[in-house]
Amino acid sequence: MSEAATAPVGRAPDLRAAAQHAGVIWLGLFALGIGFGVVVTSHGFPWWLAPVISGLMFAGSVEFILVGMLAAGAPIAAIALTTFLINSRHLFYGLSFPLHRVNGRLAKAYSVFALCDEAYALTTSKDPKTLTSRRILWTQLGLHGSWAIGALAGGIVGATLLGGLEGLDFILTALFIVLTIDAYRATRDNLTLAVATGAGVVAFVLAPGSMLLVAMAIFTATLVSRHLLSRRN
Amino acid sequence: MHDYLYIAGALAVAVAITVVLRATPFVVKKTIDQAPLLIDLGRWMPLGAIAILACYCLTRIDYLGNNHGLPQLIGVAVTVTIHLWRRNAVLSILTGSIACILLMNTPLV
Repeated sequence: MSEAATAPVGRAPDLRAAAQHAGVIWLGLFALGIGFGVVVTSHGFPWWLAPVISGLMFAGSVEFILVGMLAAGAPIAAIALTTFLINSRHLFYGLSFPLHRVNGRLAKAYSVFALCDEAYALTTSKDPKTLTSRRILWTQLGLHGSWAIGALAGGIVGATLLGGLEGLDFILTALFIVLTIDAYRATRDNLTLAVATGAGVVAFVLAPGSMLLVAMAIFTATLVSRHLLSRRN
Repeated sequence: MHDYLYIAGALAVAVAITVVLRATPFVVKKTIDQAPLLIDLGRWMPLGAIAILACYCLTRIDYLGNNHGLPQLIGVAVTVTIHLWRRNAVLSILTGSIACILLMNTPLV
């Protein structure tokens, strides 16, 4: 590691600040990564695929869904559409992420690549002026590393110790429930929650085989109508 | 034997889409700032997309099996309760999952 440009407090003050702020989330991602690794091997894939997917992709929720689709041999177009719909929320993270605080082209590129939900939540909850370039990068590297190393551990352990364990994919259910509660808390938007749930129920009744795509399509169409109606009034 | 060419292709496409989605707002910040439809979608989409994913997971539970999805439903209840109580995402996910996995792998239920 090279010299820190800012006045150092002890060794690697930015790493320390990042660890103090984000350490619990790092640990959590490590634990979820283990779950992901086990899910990958329980679908019959080799142990090394889990850290490869986690390292290259770093978008937890999509990865869990992706593994199921890969195991089922889903068409690449369906995988592309699902990835787009699930990760479309990332289109809006960049509007408030403090990328201007990150120095250097390569560092900026990595920062954008590794802009997952947790990185967004951890950095935008702080005053950008208090965030150094290194601190943001350490936060993201910590998230990325914990997730990939967790997946590696899960892939190795999963194949031998936890292979027969049932219900590991519940981690994904729990993740989405928690994220829904957090998103609702942030917006208190009853209408959106009702429309989304309604779209889910309708899609499940009409097309249980492709529920996710149909639900997202109904939901998006409803949002566009809602936008047009609210602008007219 | 898995078709690694297919896996590599699917992964490459998924990674490319994810990176493009993450990079786009930085490239077209001004356009997004000025497009009312995108602003509205940005406001409504995150909660809705995540809620739909949660619904999707709940519909994938096997309610007709011999435990009628009870371990998962208890797992959901534990996750929600712990999350409303402590507001710690990681804690809620882990306790809920451990509850569900324990129940699924014990012969009592």
